[in-house]
Amino acid sequence: MPVSFLLELGCEEIPDWMIGTALEDLKAQFQKLIDASSLGGTVAWVDGTPRRLVLRADNLIDRQPDSEEVAMGPPMAAGPGAATGFAKKMGVSVDDLQTVKSAKGEYFSYTRQIKGRPTAEIIAEAIPGIVQKIYFPKTMYWTGKGGFRFIRPIRWIVALLGADVVPFEIAGVKSGNISQGHRRLGASSITVTIENYVEELRKNYVLVLAAERRARIRAGLKKLSVPVKDDPKLLETLTFITEYPTPILGGFDPQYLELPSEVLVTVMRHHQKYFSCENADGTLAPNFVAVMNTDGDPDGLVRQGNERVLRARFNDAKFFYGVDQQKPLRDRVEDLGKVTFQAKLGSYLEKAHRIVDLVQELGGSKNAERAALLCKTDLTTEMVKEFTDLQGVVGGLYAKAQGEPEGVWRAIYDHYKPLSMEDSVPATQDGLIVALADKLDTLRGCFEVGLMPTGSKDPFALRRAAQGVVKILAEGKQDFDIKALAGENAYLREFLLDRVRYYFREVRGYKYDEVNAVLASSSNSLRDVEERLTALKAVRPTENFEPLAASFKRIQNILKQADFKSGAPLDESLLEDGPEKELHAAFVQVREQAKGAAYQPALEAAATLRPAVDKFFDKVMVNVPDEKLRQNRLTLLNGLLTGFSTIADFSEIVVSS
Amino acid sequence: MDSFQQTLFKLKQYWAQRGAIIQEPYDVEVGAGTMCPETFLRVLGPKPYRVAYVQPSRRPADGRYGENPNRLYKHQQLQVILKPAPEDVLEQYLGSLEAIGIDLTKHDIKFEEDNWESPTLGAWGIGWQVMLDGMEITQFTYFQQCGGVDLEVVPAEITYGLERLTAFLQGVESVYDIEWTTGFKYSDVRLADEQQFSVYNFEMADVATLWKLFDLHEGECQRLIDAYAEYPDKSRFPVLPTYDQVLKCSNLFNLLDARGAISVTERVGVIGRVRKLAVGVANLWVAQQQEVAA
Repeated sequence: MPVSFLLELGCEEIPDWMIGTALEDLKAQFQKLIDASSLGGTVAWVDGTPRRLVLRADNLIDRQPDSEEVAMGPPMAAGPGAATGFAKKMGVSVDDLQTVKSAKGEYFSYTRQIKGRPTAEIIAEAIPGIVQKIYFPKTMYWTGKGGFRFIRPIRWIVALLGADVVPFEIAGVKSGNISQGHRRLGASSITVTIENYVEELRKNYVLVLAAERRARIRAGLKKLSVPVKDDPKLLETLTFITEYPTPILGGFDPQYLELPSEVLVTVMRHHQKYFSCENADGTLAPNFVAVMNTDGDPDGLVRQGNERVLRARFNDAKFFYGVDQQKPLRDRVEDLGKVTFQAKLGSYLEKAHRIVDLVQELGGSKNAERAALLCKTDLTTEMVKEFTDLQGVVGGLYAKAQGEPEGVWRAIYDHYKPLSMEDSVPATQDGLIVALADKLDTLRGCFEVGLMPTGSKDPFALRRAAQGVVKILAEGKQDFDIKALAGENAYLREFLLDRVRYYFREVRGYKYDEVNAVLASSSNSLRDVEERLTALKAVRPTENFEPLAASFKRIQNILKQADFKSGAPLDESLLEDGPEKELHAAFVQVREQAKGAAYQPALEAAATLRPAVDKFFDKVMVNVPDEKLRQNRLTLLNGLLTGFSTIADFSEIVVSS
Repeated sequence: MDSFQQTLFKLKQYWAQRGAIIQEPYDVEVGAGTMCPETFLRVLGPKPYRVAYVQPSRRPADGRYGENPNRLYKHQQLQVILKPAPEDVLEQYLGSLEAIGIDLTKHDIKFEEDNWESPTLGAWGIGWQVMLDGMEITQFTYFQQCGGVDLEVVPAEITYGLERLTAFLQGVESVYDIEWTTGFKYSDVRLADEQQFSVYNFEMADVATLWKLFDLHEGECQRLIDAYAEYPDKSRFPVLPTYDQVLKCSNLFNLLDARGAISVTERVGVIGRVRKLAVGVANLWVAQQQEVAA
């Protein structure tokens, strides 16, 4: 009869963001175990809360099927002595041996009958190893030096196969059938079965299934009198930081709404994990939603506590705002001289001046120059010292309040963007230029003084800066030569190109060889690179393209082997009738056709060369003894290669055989 | 409603009943209770230990001239070390909150990931910040390493922020309004402290003098560390006074930092100097303990 298996690893609170991947890992490892041990069945589900990782498998057989293992011995020709030796090695008598015939002759063999082991035994033996191998970014030991390592201490284990406990031990904790409820609302000892596990825990204020907790939060939010701002990421965090989540609505004094909403939202979301609320017109409402890890707040104590904390935080922010306005950003430029950017690269004042210079170099507007000068001044404000992730944003808001033109304050506001691959680029042209200049300065400076990233170490976040440059150029449609932007530094040029490859491959989904082909051509503006990639991608699946690419690779090899140096122009009189003349004619015609055409038609035209190229290689010998003739043919091939590799270097295309 | 000191008495009582030594604050300036020898040195080596003490902790950069209702130059921590950490340590901790009158069935408690790390001490651990109705009231850490040494026995460190906790219990908005005991508020006891030390730390501390002191204490510390190898009777070697020199350096570093005298890049270097001393003393302590045990 098929049986089910239930595993609950009871832990102290696991960080919310690690639970999902840990469960997936557990699932994969357990499925591998039952497959490898022929136990049948599948992992039905994995789920968890901060205090438990749970796995349920169904349709397992309770005992592994019996199996046979055949061991090959010496050839029969080796005689009885060899047979005795083999039998001894197998631990049996000669009478137990069999013989098998193979192409090489007849051999002794022994077939060992392997009795299937009980499923419980196999699981009991494997689980400690599986648990040990669950991946976590950082682990700890708690039973003593050299002891078991896990994300947090394991305090209890439920392991049931059908009605029976599967006995094993991890870090001194024996498996059993006793679980624990919510820390304060549930029982500390709950006897469970596979069938009643989820329900028993629910009775003890633990919703084991994340979907149930998520739904409970959503339902709670809907019941509130104020619309809550949608925030899927925060919802996930709260789902995995609670066992029995209950949202409550709190309020704050509307006077705080005078503070920039960015500041209010940062305090609520990042510091307090609150949802913010909005009015019908989308403006911020003086409310928040906290999600408790308990069933309710009948006396309003939790609400009051949270309101009190938020009030203190907002008061701080208000105080900082007031203090900061006493000295406008334009009077803070000189103060940047006291803020170190990097010992070898000087202060932020020096950096600000360099950004201004770069903005000029990039042809930025007067507004962009002004923004560049002011963009780092918010580092001297109390607000940014307190809420560092609001750097730039605070500067923009202050600049606006202090009467700077819109072009200026928007550029300041956006100049750290994009902060990640998912983040958008600055919204305005001035913003794009200032953001580009800031990142370029950091990159050029750091590479110049040898602070490039090594391995996983990237203390100045140069990869992010370079990625930002690429995103700004590509998505902000800025026509700069990326190699020129890198300046003199060859390492930086390669570093940037590496990010370009990464961007077009991983973010935009182009194939790596297409990206290499385009980058090997003369294109250095990312907008142009993207246009070429689009064309290449469109033409690639057509019948003639890949074979032509293969021929181009061949041409390249021939030219290389011949150590070809272009000299005299093609002498048409030397062309032989037949394939050679035909190729030349096709070449001339296609060249005319492609002249001035957009990339895609040009590539399509190039692809039509294929039959002529194929025929040429089929019938014409390039390396003929006649020096003049040979040089002329190489010149023809070189003309083809250089004439049609301007859009993309075809020889970089990897042709599937 | 319990006063500040009544709450303290209850917490001390609670941990005393669970076998902890009740110590008094250490008498050298520290930035956190963790830095006291009762924690930093005692967590090293195999010997079990249980101790609780209030430690006034100085963070010069956090001073606000007594004008910010929640931020202090010097705040009081209740530091509890349980070595080894008992299996039910989190339950024991929650029990301590109930002992000071918090009905946890009516409040929201969360353990949020927060791994403690002190680069100056070469120490780190894994743990949480404990949130009560959205307010951080405790830092809970399972130490893994101290003075660069992997710990043989893993202790639990529980650090209560006493001002926050009592402000919450008393329902006051400013720490200065906490009733210390009948007739005396927190401001009566500590406000002058906050004002004067803010003035000194931010405006008057002489940078050159602070550096000179730093160098002197560093030199003395290193001299003692170097003397251990040749010292004949290891059991009477002054490891504890050597450690005091580390604390002096650490506090001077914090003062220089508050004074704005250390640039971001210099920081790493100075932290490294203090850590070198801390690691040196931690190793002496371990060696001496082994010597004494042998």
